Amino acid sequence: MCGIVGLFLKDKSLEPRLGSLTADMLATMCERGPDSAGFAIYGPAHAGEGKVTLQAADPAAAFEGLSAAVSKAIGAAASLAVKSTHAVLTIPADKVEAARAAIRADHPKVRILGSGEAIEIYKEVGWPTDVAKRFDLAHMEGSHAIGHTRMATESAVTTLAAHPFSTGPDQCLVHNGSLSNHHNLKRELKRDGFTFETDNDSEVAAAYLSWRMKQGMNLAEALTKSLEDLDGFFTFVVGTKNGFGVVRDPIACKPAVMAETDQYVAFGSEYRTLACLPGIDKARVWEPEPATVYFWERS
Amino acid sequence: MRTVDLARTSLRELNAELHRQTEGANETGFVVLNPRGGHAIAVGIDAPVDVQIKGSVGYYCAGMNKKASVTVHGSAGPGVAENMMSGRVVVMGDASQYAGATGRGGLLVIEGNASSRCGISMKGIDIVVRGNIGHMSAFMAQSGNLVVLGDAGDALGDSIYEARLFVRGKVKRLGADCIEKEMRAEHHEALAKLLEAAGIRGVASTEFRRYGSARKLYNFNIDNADAY
Repeated sequence: MCGIVGLFLKDKSLEPRLGSLTADMLATMCERGPDSAGFAIYGPAHAGEGKVTLQAADPAAAFEGLSAAVSKAIGAAASLAVKSTHAVLTIPADKVEAARAAIRADHPKVRILGSGEAIEIYKEVGWPTDVAKRFDLAHMEGSHAIGHTRMATESAVTTLAAHPFSTGPDQCLVHNGSLSNHHNLKRELKRDGFTFETDNDSEVAAAYLSWRMKQGMNLAEALTKSLEDLDGFFTFVVGTKNGFGVVRDPIACKPAVMAETDQYVAFGSEYRTLACLPGIDKARVWEPEPATVYFWERS
Repeated sequence: MRTVDLARTSLRELNAELHRQTEGANETGFVVLNPRGGHAIAVGIDAPVDVQIKGSVGYYCAGMNKKASVTVHGSAGPGVAENMMSGRVVVMGDASQYAGATGRGGLLVIEGNASSRCGISMKGIDIVVRGNIGHMSAFMAQSGNLVVLGDAGDALGDSIYEARLFVRGKVKRLGADCIEKEMRAEHHEALAKLLEAAGIRGVASTEFRRYGSARKLYNFNIDNADAY
């Protein structure tokens, strides 16, 4: 069992409340995933700016002097905003890959959780409301957010094995379920140059979608293809810089409910996740069909 | 009539109060406010009380119900009226997975659509769905009636025993050992009674087709191995 929440805003006036709404939604899913929690939040993107979210077990030591070291390595300005065990490194957008490479090479105690122009990822072991408080989710702003509460079935309870997983620029995935062909897929993806941080099956699903998008598919096409290539139980909620997608396997035993109004599209593992949203009484509420891709994109 | 607001009263208090009701109790009407998708609301009632829930509920609402009439003025999460014994449960909106699963008696009415596995392993309950039902509905259904005014999803009645399935719309695909059967006079009569009991008017039993067991998978037969 795991819990998933997702909120994709259509109405810009709600953007200052994205964090507080996501925190309220996540709080309803604690019992579904008491091991760990995480969320990806798509904040305001600034032209030409790139962000890399980092995590360290010992943040005081690991983040000390890091921005200066990265700045030197990439030959451009870098700034670091530390939040608990995480930090967001801001650099010029065209230096993201160089910065990732420099961190991988010179800072082995720093883990990269994701990067892009808009995405920030926070995840930790612990009770979900504590995790949300630790990173001050309630005060974050943005256009869409995806959260997850984890009850581990496949792999260890660690920070890196918590969701979301990000395996491509501004991409993230959360998963409720378990895959059965991820070892095979992982071998193929490794051959194509993907690296993996964990033994988690969901990380393979994330990498699979990134791989398909790298081949030129959009998110909806990649999700459609995943129905052929992934075996197992899954409800996925995925985010891209401008998009938000949902897919369930053909058996669809992992719960899912969605709501849509003029202001937002929302996903919850249960209705009680959605009950805190503005205008929910008037929203169109439905259960996503099995083996059907749902996808929203803002222009 | 008593009103219980779940924003102020705990679920345990509500359910304990409902469990205190007995045959002939003075309090026969309850209104439940602010269910907000909560789990296990109004489960295990064993008295002829009327419970009106004003909003949507989560998992297992009205499970194991005996004698009571429970109405959900909203949608229901997975397992509504699971293992119902008797009484009546009405969902005004949609129902999620396995509505009425393993139910032994009583009537479950879903005014909207029911999701997958509706009536799975039903053992005597009657289920009437005004909309559509999802895949794997009436899987291993043993007895009782499932009436669907809309369409049925994939693998309807897979491995079914003796339950009767009546579908007015299309069936995407029948499950293993489930076949269409003749609508005889007794079936028209039983179906008309069920529609009336569910408060459905203007729909005739002649609009339905009946499905049930071909009785070929009751005992293991090596020639049927492909069907499992």
